[in-house]
Amino acid sequence: MNLYEMWISFYTILRKDVIRQARVWSQTFLPSVVTSVLYFLVFGSIIGERIGDFGGVPYIHFIVPGLVMLAVVMNSYSNVAFTFFTGKFFSRNIDEILVSPTPPWLMIAGYVGGGVVRGVVTGLLVILVSLFFAVPAIVHWWAVVLFLILSSVIFSLAGLINGIYAKNFDGISIVPTFVLTPLVYLGGVFYSIAALPSWWQAATYWNPIFYLINGFRYGFLGFSDVPLGAAFAVLLALIAALTAVNWYLIRKGLGLRN
Amino acid sequence: MTDAPALRVENLEKTYKEGTKALKGVTLTVPQGDFFALLGPNGAGKTTLIGIVTSLVMKTAGTVTVFGHDIDRELEKAKTYIGLVGQEVNFNPFEKPLDIVVNQAGYYGIPRSIALPRAEKLLDDLGLKDKKQANSMQLSGGMKRRLMIARALIHQPKFLILDEPTAGVDVELRRQMWEYLENLTKQGTTILLTTHYLEEAERLAKHVAIINKGEIAAEGTMDDILSLYEHEKHGKYNAGKLESIFLELTKEKNA
Repeated sequence: MNLYEMWISFYTILRKDVIRQARVWSQTFLPSVVTSVLYFLVFGSIIGERIGDFGGVPYIHFIVPGLVMLAVVMNSYSNVAFTFFTGKFFSRNIDEILVSPTPPWLMIAGYVGGGVVRGVVTGLLVILVSLFFAVPAIVHWWAVVLFLILSSVIFSLAGLINGIYAKNFDGISIVPTFVLTPLVYLGGVFYSIAALPSWWQAATYWNPIFYLINGFRYGFLGFSDVPLGAAFAVLLALIAALTAVNWYLIRKGLGLRN
Repeated sequence: MTDAPALRVENLEKTYKEGTKALKGVTLTVPQGDFFALLGPNGAGKTTLIGIVTSLVMKTAGTVTVFGHDIDRELEKAKTYIGLVGQEVNFNPFEKPLDIVVNQAGYYGIPRSIALPRAEKLLDDLGLKDKKQANSMQLSGGMKRRLMIARALIHQPKFLILDEPTAGVDVELRRQMWEYLENLTKQGTTILLTTHYLEEAERLAKHVAIINKGEIAAEGTMDDILSLYEHEKHGKYNAGKLESIFLELTKEKNA
């Protein structure tokens, strides 16, 4: 395949998924909007007003980046895991791509592209919702955009690994429920790690979502619990590692080619 | 590369994880422009062989070349020659037939501006003119098969592989599909067909291979294979020539 043909193939995988997302918008975009409204209402407006300032800003401003990131992470991950798994297990239409000359890395790019679109659109919707409760000043736009995309890429890649390995529908719901959700909540959505005991602070540095939330929070508020360079380096390393694992799995056909 | 056979399989072996030996050193050649029938009872290894050729199944040993391109070294190139109509319905039932076919073109790097008219024509030719925008889930079994043929042909492959394409298709439609496939070979497309309908193979195929328990039991031109009939104890079966030979060649190992 030449570069133009590769672009067509990538665009086809991406377009197909984006059309699906739009067609079932009440299952893809709406749930995160509803959930974030509840979070902003309960934790931001009701409880937040009693907490007062947090890190020098109103509590609702502090939790906006975390809640956006929560939506981005969950949506990117589940979009790719679900799409890939149903294509592999339910309709078996993953064969359409497997028999074609589309190389594994392009297949990864297409699915991850779909996850990034879902994650970024959902993230923007949650930011939009947050405006009804508070209008946080965005200090560094570039950091907001960068970390929004980086987090979508990372969790799309992770979702793809899950989709490749999953053998039944339980296989794609266990990780989001029992791994991702705790990681997000313990990654500093609602608090700064300065409020934690030292052993818990040390443990938090092993949580990749901690870096995402803090990089994102830096974009919104101009400060974070971790240096921006360190957060960026950790996330790039994660992207490289997850891409390599995906490429290996698809190239070898593990979970795909009998 | 132009003189290379459409398919060359040498010493192909496949052992599944649980220990089942699906292929035990299969060697066969499908010449360019041929209509080749691969016959065998259930579990003989036909679908495994096709799966390996189309890269849906990993092989254990052996080599496979498609128009001279080794799938171990030039997999993506080899795939450009192949169109596959699998045994199972494997498209997204929530998509429209036209979208399914056009998307397939996209995976081969064909832009929508070229794919759309081509897909419309294929669907028209295969009798799905009124179903292009229908819900694929609501298509009949025969329509689904034809949709899969249209999808396999969208990139104009030189080598079409059909794994039991007429299974569950009524007699009239089956005959229409035969005519369509015969026309394709006249236009130069090489076809590899697996089928349980031996009269189908007898009518369409120039070359035949009979596979049983992962091994080739007989291979040659249709005339070569039918000539075996003269030497067998026929009369035992009230069936066509090819069917008698097929049963004779596969009965021992199945017994």
